[in-house]
Amino acid sequence: MRSRTIPMREVFVWELPVRLYHWINALCILSLCITGYLIGAPLAIVNGTEAYYNYWFGTVRFIHFVSAFLFFFNFLFRIYWGFSGNEFSRWYNFIPYKRSQWREMLNVIKVDVLQITHKPIDSIGHNALASFIYFITFLIFLVQCLTGFGMYAAMSKAFLPKLFAWVVPLFGGDMHVRQVHHILMWSFIIFALLHVYLVFYHDYIERRGVTSSMIGGWKFVEEDVVERHNLDFKEKGDN
Amino acid sequence: MENNQPSFYEEVRGKGISRKEFLKFCTAMAAMLGLETSGIGQIVKALETKPRLPVIWFHFQECTCCSESFIRASHPLVASIILDKISLDYQETLMAASGVQAEEAYKTVMAKYPGQYIVMVEGSIPTENEAYCCIGGRSAYQILNEAVANAKAVVAWGNCASAGCVQAASPNPTGAKPVHKVISGKPVINVQGCPPIADVMAGVVVHLLTFDRIPQLDGMGRPKSFYSRRVHDTCYRRANFDAGLFVESFDDEGAKRGYCLFKMGCKGPVTYNSCGIIKWNDGISYPIQSGHPCIGCAEAGFWDNGPFYQHLPGVKGFGIETTADKIGVGLGVTAAVGMAGHAIMTNVRKHREITNTPEPASETQTNKE
Repeated sequence: MRSRTIPMREVFVWELPVRLYHWINALCILSLCITGYLIGAPLAIVNGTEAYYNYWFGTVRFIHFVSAFLFFFNFLFRIYWGFSGNEFSRWYNFIPYKRSQWREMLNVIKVDVLQITHKPIDSIGHNALASFIYFITFLIFLVQCLTGFGMYAAMSKAFLPKLFAWVVPLFGGDMHVRQVHHILMWSFIIFALLHVYLVFYHDYIERRGVTSSMIGGWKFVEEDVVERHNLDFKEKGDN
Repeated sequence: MENNQPSFYEEVRGKGISRKEFLKFCTAMAAMLGLETSGIGQIVKALETKPRLPVIWFHFQECTCCSESFIRASHPLVASIILDKISLDYQETLMAASGVQAEEAYKTVMAKYPGQYIVMVEGSIPTENEAYCCIGGRSAYQILNEAVANAKAVVAWGNCASAGCVQAASPNPTGAKPVHKVISGKPVINVQGCPPIADVMAGVVVHLLTFDRIPQLDGMGRPKSFYSRRVHDTCYRRANFDAGLFVESFDDEGAKRGYCLFKMGCKGPVTYNSCGIIKWNDGISYPIQSGHPCIGCAEAGFWDNGPFYQHLPGVKGFGIETTADKIGVGLGVTAAVGMAGHAIMTNVRKHREITNTPEPASETQTNKE
C-alpha cells in the first residue's frame, strides 16, 4: 500500500450558501445552455402535424425563462454573499487590485498552465488566476442577464423584465442583442469544459480534496500553508 | 395658424367622399393609434376643423419607396391625408413646380410658418462628403439643417431616414447617416420599415394633426402604437413556432402547411413592426403570409445582419456564412485538444507530485525562495 505522511489540516472553505449557489448555478447554466442552443437551432422532432397537438418548443422556452430567473436571483445572492461571507468568498478575492494577486496569477501560469516550475501555490480558496477568471464570468453573467431580460422585456408586463427595456436601444436593436446573447452562451460552454478539467487536474496533482470541497465545504491543506495563511491574514488586519 | 384653407373634411367632401366614409376612416385611424373610443371624436373634430399642416418633404439618399408605399395606400383617404390634408408644400416627387419655383415653395413655408411646419424626410444624409447628395446646388446636410432649425418636429420616413438603411450598410461609402444623427434639438419620429406601411404613415400624420404633439416613442424613436410589438409576437404562424413545427426548406411539406419560418432565417423575432396586424395592400398579405421570412426591414442595420436566410447573422471578420455556433464549436474543439495536451504534459512534468517522489535537493532549494 502506498501512503504518505504529511501534516495536513482540514479547513472549512466553502460555506453552505456558497455551495448551494455553486450547484444551483451549475444546473441553471446546464439548463440554459441546452434550451438556449435549442432555441437558436430547433430540432425537427415533430413534423407533418397540426400546431394544435404540440407545444414542445414553447416548453423549451419556458424552461429557459424559468432557469434564467433562477440564475439571475442566484447571481444576485452570490454578489450579496461576496460582502457577508467568509474570507474565501469575499469580493476582494475576485478583483485583482493588489500586486500580490497579479504575482500569484503569473505563478499559477508558470506552475499549472505552462508547468515550467513546480513551486506549489499556497492559496486555500481560489487561486488568483481562478478568482480573476470567475470575476470575468461574473461580468459575462451580468451581460447575459442584461441581454436576456432585454429581449424578454418586449413581451412581458412584469416589473423586473421591464427594468431592462433600455438594453435593446443601447445595442441598436434586437438582432445585436440576440447575437451577443448567443456568442456569450459559448463562453459558458467553454468555461464549463475547462472548469471541470481543472478541478480534475488540481485534485490529481494537489490532492487537497478540491472536488469534494464543493460538496462538504472542507479542504485538506498542508499545515505550513495554513500557518502562513493565518499569519498573512493577521498582518493584513481586517481590511 | 391663421389660414383660409378648407379643412380636411371639407376637402374630402368636395371630392365626393361621404360622411360615412370619413367617419369610418377616423375610426380606423383611432383603432390603429390604439386610442380609446373618445379618441375617434377627437380625430373627427381635428380633421373637420383644423387647418392644414404645413409640410416640407425632402428626398435625400433614397429610392422613393416610402412615397410609393404611401400613394399606393388602398384607402383613398389614407392617400389624401398626405396629398390633400397636409398638402405638401414641397415634395420633389409629387409637386408640379420645379427649379426656382420649387425652392421658393419650401422657403415660403419656412418663412410663413416658423415653428409650425413639419419636416418629413425620406433618405439618409451623406456625411463622408456632403456633395454626394445635392439639390439645387446645396447639400442635403445644409438643406436639412436649415429647414429643421424652425421646424416643429421632424418625421423620418423609412429605414434610410431612421437608420441609414442600405446606404449606411458596410462599408458605407458615403458616410450615410440617419436624420436623428445629423440634426439636434428637434423631436424626430422614426417611422421605420423599408418602406413603412402606408397606414402607419397616415397614422403618424393623423396623430400629429389631432393632438398637436408627437406620438409616444420607444427607445429607438419609433411610435409605440405601431412598433411596440415584434412581428413574431403578432404572427399568425406563431402557433407553429410554439409547437416546434418549422419549415426546413422552401419546398418542403412544412412550407406547404404554413409552418414557422424561424429556421429559414425569419427576422420576425427581432423586428418591431405592425406587418402581422395591419398587413400590406389593404390587409391582403405580408411577407410571412406569402411564405417568405421577414428580413427585418424595420430594424437598424438589417443589411449588415445577414444573410437573410440564416437564423444567426454572420460574424464579421470570419466571413459572412460563419455563425457564432461555428466559431463556438471551433473554440470548444481547441479547448478539448488543449486539455488533452495539458493532461499528457501534466503526467510527464508533474510526475513527482503525482507519485509523491521526493524532489532532488537543488529543486527543493529553489522552491524555498
